[in-house]
Amino acid sequence: MEALQITWFILWALLWAVYFVLDGFDLGIGSLLPFMADNEEERRFMYNAAGPFWDGNEVWLISAGGVTFAAFPKVYAVMFSALYAPLLALLFALIFRAVSFEFRNKVDSPAWRGLWDLVHFVSNLVPCLLLGVAFANLFMGIPVDAQGVYHGNLVALLNPYGLAGGIFFLCIFCLHGSLWLAIKSTGALKQRAITASCVFWPIVLILLLAFLVLTACYTNLLDNYLSAPALLLLPVVALVGLLGARFMLSRGKLWLAWGCSSLFIIGVTFFGVMGMFPGMIISSMDPAATLTAFNASSSEKTLQIMLTVALIMVPIVLLYQIWVYKLFSHELTSEHLDDHAY
Amino acid sequence: MDVIMLSRLQFAVAVFFHFIFVPLTLGLSLLIALMETRYVMTGDEAWRKHAKFWGKLFLINFTLGVVTGITLEFQFGTNWSRYSEYVGDIFGSLLAIEATVAFFLESTFLAVWHFGWNRVGKKMHLLSIWLVVIAGNLSALWIILANGFMQNPLGYVIRNGRAELDNFLAVVTNPYAWGMYAHTLISAWLLSCFFVLGVSSWHLLRKSHVEFFRRSFRMAAPIALILSLALALSGDIQGKNVAELQPAKLAAMEAHWETSSNVGFPILLVPDEANETNSMEGLTIPGFMSWIAYGDSNAEIKGLKDFPKEDRPPVTPVFWSFRIMVALGVVFIVLAASAWLQRKREMPCRGLMATLVWSIPLPYITIALGWLVAEVGRQPWIVYNLMRTSDAVSPVPADNVMFSLIAFIVVYSVLGLLDIFLLRKYACKGPEGMEA
Repeated sequence: MEALQITWFILWALLWAVYFVLDGFDLGIGSLLPFMADNEEERRFMYNAAGPFWDGNEVWLISAGGVTFAAFPKVYAVMFSALYAPLLALLFALIFRAVSFEFRNKVDSPAWRGLWDLVHFVSNLVPCLLLGVAFANLFMGIPVDAQGVYHGNLVALLNPYGLAGGIFFLCIFCLHGSLWLAIKSTGALKQRAITASCVFWPIVLILLLAFLVLTACYTNLLDNYLSAPALLLLPVVALVGLLGARFMLSRGKLWLAWGCSSLFIIGVTFFGVMGMFPGMIISSMDPAATLTAFNASSSEKTLQIMLTVALIMVPIVLLYQIWVYKLFSHELTSEHLDDHAY
Repeated sequence: MDVIMLSRLQFAVAVFFHFIFVPLTLGLSLLIALMETRYVMTGDEAWRKHAKFWGKLFLINFTLGVVTGITLEFQFGTNWSRYSEYVGDIFGSLLAIEATVAFFLESTFLAVWHFGWNRVGKKMHLLSIWLVVIAGNLSALWIILANGFMQNPLGYVIRNGRAELDNFLAVVTNPYAWGMYAHTLISAWLLSCFFVLGVSSWHLLRKSHVEFFRRSFRMAAPIALILSLALALSGDIQGKNVAELQPAKLAAMEAHWETSSNVGFPILLVPDEANETNSMEGLTIPGFMSWIAYGDSNAEIKGLKDFPKEDRPPVTPVFWSFRIMVALGVVFIVLAASAWLQRKREMPCRGLMATLVWSIPLPYITIALGWLVAEVGRQPWIVYNLMRTSDAVSPVPADNVMFSLIAFIVVYSVLGLLDIFLLRKYACKGPEGMEA
């Protein structure tokens, strides 16, 4: 049973990591929209750089939510009722984001498009920040009691560490998104995307170091690393990813740079989540109220069935999603902005 | 208002709004797949044009379906955390399976279909729309299995203070859920046929793209007729499931107060919930209610008065929703039969076509009423005979829920209006300007 719970804890971390890698780049592109595109055609390139991917990427969020529900029902219950306001804000933002993709090009009017561009920008920016704020607060612990009742409020989540998490996530996603945009675009937009990647890279590096220092001050995440130094591999992976991204970028190998950036995101996510292990919702009020992989999981039978489903389905999903990424990996040019494009 | 009522209202708003988009997603994808299959098999470009025209409407509708669905998945946690803790072992796993088995497939291959007209071969393109159809209809199965557990909990054992999974096979073979699945799918497909018939009639009435829209009219009419009959049949089967497994819901649907056998069916009936009786009953068909519920006109039906008051669902909304749903079901058979009879005409009669245009909203209303019967009729239970709705709600402050409820109503109203505006715009525009 314990092995099963640990496996699901790791899979839980993995699902969030994959979600951040995949939705991270399209959220990043959307957050950069007003700063990167000079004209209507470039704006459309930015929408269509995420075009065939954003919806499939968002399913990883649904899966992460679903797996939390299935494997750790108590965590699901407390996490989302405690984070009520930010979670609903995230969901409303995701609604508007989807709609901005689909509706923007449906009416031929600059005012209509301008309105949706604004909606698109805000509805991409907000999830980047909120995801960072939420996870930073989870790392730090939130005031929940043994009955799962939350004793804080929205403002309490916006503490210095939470805000730092939000800004950190936003910059990571902007770097990740500008790398993707560089892959998918041509000409002046591509150059601008490369420049943006070069600008965001040192910012992310500085924020990473700052976030590590803040993590040492505000959280107990490092305890796990002191007691099991082998885990230090995770932050090393993150650092290697980040350094690799810059190295590949300077060599013009954009795909590898994006891959390194993905590795960086996976490393950061695992660094945080494994730091909490076995905690999932750490109570800052009462250590006994902390929900862990061991006291909040589903029954053995459910964990087994879900593991079977995951082991069969996730590789299949990855296979066809990789195929679709390859299918739409081409650089976008004017001729791609046809009747079917956003 | 207390947190329970606010949370119920919020869930109702979210789920009814979501379900405006779901049926058309399930059914229109199927019709598009049939159109594209004909194109690939015959090489007839007109069918390709059809797939593209209806596909555009499908995509507008699909986006809102997806995002309103995401909010639903998380609302179990935000607003029903006690429920989530208590049944997550079973309910949560069904939702997780829905995502991994169906949602990935649906969203990924819809992208291939949407953006792939010039990037994949004809057959691969056709395969992708069929995968979208299969995945969409498969996702409906898993969510209805989850709802089926709330209606007729099976395969669980109470352990560690919660309902834990005992028999997965029992959960996924729940007869109530399968009855509901059939009824839901058929209604969704029928709604889509009426959507196609209505939009086609709108154009035919204006003599625009006559050849184009006669084709879709001819295609949808026979399918609509078969489905409207199948809908009645599946409704009958599900009615018998309700009679057997949820007798209190049955009694509320029929406003049946006193336990009796050989129960007749009053065509005219007005329930008087406050006085636990009916203020009017007339034109009674003898033995019909017993026969409909149990296949035996002498069967006994338990009356509402024999259920403790705290275990009865609200009678008035359940009764009227059920009545109107059934009446509209009959209307659909008549409409579909008329469309079928006139499908080969040069021009179907104007009265029928005008009716079909104005009937586009009717299946939407019918489906909403059907869900109202299923969900309000289940009250006061969130999981039938196992957990009360009042014990399921999250310990969140009422003003939080009030605030989010208002946000839901405002945002969803705006989106709903925008969606209707765009669907209408593109439906009325016709296939004009669309490359073949």
